[in-house]
Amino acid sequence: MTASHRQPLSATPLLEISDLRTVFDTPAGTVRAVDGVDLVLGRGETLAVVGESGCGKTVLALSVMRLVPAPPGRLASGSVVFRGENLLTLDRKRMQDLRGDRISMIFQEPMTSLNPVFRVGEQVAEIIRRHRKTTRRQAMDEVAELFHRVGIADADQRLRAYPHQLSGGLRQRVMIAMAVACRPDLILADEPTTALDVTIQAQILALLDQLKREMGTSLMLITHDLGVVAQMAERVIVMYAGKVVEEAPAQVMFDAPRHPYTRGLLASLPRLGTDPATPLPMIPGQVPSLYDLPRGCRFQDRCPDARQVCREEEPALLTPSPGATVRCWNFA
Amino acid sequence: MRDVLMEIRGLSKTFHVSGGGLGRRAREVRAVRDVTLSILAGETLGLVGESGCGKSTLGRLCLALEKPTSGEVRFEGRNIFDLTNLERKAFRQAVQLVFQDPYASLNPRRTAGQTVMEPLWLHASDPGQVPEEARSVMRTVGLSEEHAQRYPHEFSGGQRQRIGIARAIALKPKLIVADEPVSALDVSIQAQILNLMKKLQRDFGLTYLFITHDFSVVRYMSDRIAVMYLGRIVELGSNEAIFANPLHPYTRLLHQAIPVPDPRAKRPGPLAVIDDHPAPEEGCLFYPRCPERFDRCRERRPELFERETDHRVACIRREEGL
Repeated sequence: MTASHRQPLSATPLLEISDLRTVFDTPAGTVRAVDGVDLVLGRGETLAVVGESGCGKTVLALSVMRLVPAPPGRLASGSVVFRGENLLTLDRKRMQDLRGDRISMIFQEPMTSLNPVFRVGEQVAEIIRRHRKTTRRQAMDEVAELFHRVGIADADQRLRAYPHQLSGGLRQRVMIAMAVACRPDLILADEPTTALDVTIQAQILALLDQLKREMGTSLMLITHDLGVVAQMAERVIVMYAGKVVEEAPAQVMFDAPRHPYTRGLLASLPRLGTDPATPLPMIPGQVPSLYDLPRGCRFQDRCPDARQVCREEEPALLTPSPGATVRCWNFA
Repeated sequence: MRDVLMEIRGLSKTFHVSGGGLGRRAREVRAVRDVTLSILAGETLGLVGESGCGKSTLGRLCLALEKPTSGEVRFEGRNIFDLTNLERKAFRQAVQLVFQDPYASLNPRRTAGQTVMEPLWLHASDPGQVPEEARSVMRTVGLSEEHAQRYPHEFSGGQRQRIGIARAIALKPKLIVADEPVSALDVSIQAQILNLMKKLQRDFGLTYLFITHDFSVVRYMSDRIAVMYLGRIVELGSNEAIFANPLHPYTRLLHQAIPVPDPRAKRPGPLAVIDDHPAPEEGCLFYPRCPERFDRCRERRPELFERETDHRVACIRREEGL
């Protein structure tokens, strides 16, 4: 199924993923980490992809970047159309031209994604020089300007710092500077603030939001933190065990979540207003192993509303209201 | 009025870290600075702060896993750093720890059952009873008989944390120091563990020192809350007081920064610019980041004082009634 009907006809989406399947061949069997995902991302839009560890959200982003380690990973089927080109069939050279230039990615842990033996300024300049005709000097001037824009104080000095000399918040700012250096059309941010303290997180999120607005960039924000989702996203996709189980505009999802899993997640959050005297509503059990998925719905064992049909047949992605989808028999 | 179970008096811990590189100048890290705090029997005291604020070090000091640079910790009236061997054995039984990462803190070569039995063997008066006791403890935390035969890697994160909790409660302790017990867990599992910890507290009259960076979790779990910044307690009060009327500018900043799971919620406004500020030598430690600072804050280090009943804050602005 294509999801293009959800977009107004005039606007071609920036990114359209159709029936994407990314699998890992392991000695214990083939794991379908991303199992038939469809999604559409418009220009300038922020889409959050939510889910728990192992739901496939990071593999989804890596698939778009064509960075899934292969083997054991394999992009088994589907298409990822970005500005009219199917990324999955591009040759290596063309993909390298896009990566860092038109699409960039921000990773969770900046310490492991920056090279420890090069100065951070050089690392950001390298991206600019890879994609633009420019001298080393000009590139460094641009980096200084970028550092200034992402709020790094003493930018000129910090250019010469090594990653270990910077705090986590500053390192993440360097990563963001790197991601926006070529003014990409799309930024994939995988848990960009999970490793940071809340006060730093608030700053990084505000910064991402501001840069996105200034440059008209689309943002695919991968997170498990529903607070971050509420603050940043216009639309939300919820993943469970490799599949999209719900998609909705952010406000709709928080006001009236449909899928029992989304409802359970939202209910189980301790909030500042939660009465400490009452137990938190919880989702019983645990995520099924991707090696051993049940027949029918993958959420059936934890679902309060599971019926006979849920144990027999995989639910289809239904459209209960315009712009919203849910993978649950209770909406059939 | 609840009895004091543990009393922390003027506690400090300084680590000496070698500078590295060729210059090799040892650097001092003052992880805990002159903390005075009581933990009351049966309560949950939430200890909240950001990474590097010293909250884990304070927790380890309360378990006598670190020696303090100065100050003391009294448990049931005795200084825990000055115990006889017999007293220490009793202390180790009465005070237990739950770790953040249940995977790293379980021995991969021991089954869940062996892990839970180990403390029971060490303190058993009747070894014959140990297996049955272990089974009972495992049932209490929601693990079944067959789980006892399995190794840590065969469990999910939530179940591993249940094993960690089972080990901690096996000896019927009085105080449990829980250091970020749910931070490594998925959202849907967090609620299971938080509910379990509350239930255990009711059933066994446990006291918790609950260490976390997560404000929503501390709000849900705690009776009283201590906010820590650069090794010092900057605010201490009842759960309601800390949330309804935060007094310290740092607590207010934390409040503002928490993303609320509701798209209609007001987004945090522009926050004070944070750079890598070194801790000031004199005056208030929060001065470089404080939106409310004024000159007098640099003159001396504020001490906790009671601004309202059972609500204390270390802030010079608040001292002056502002």
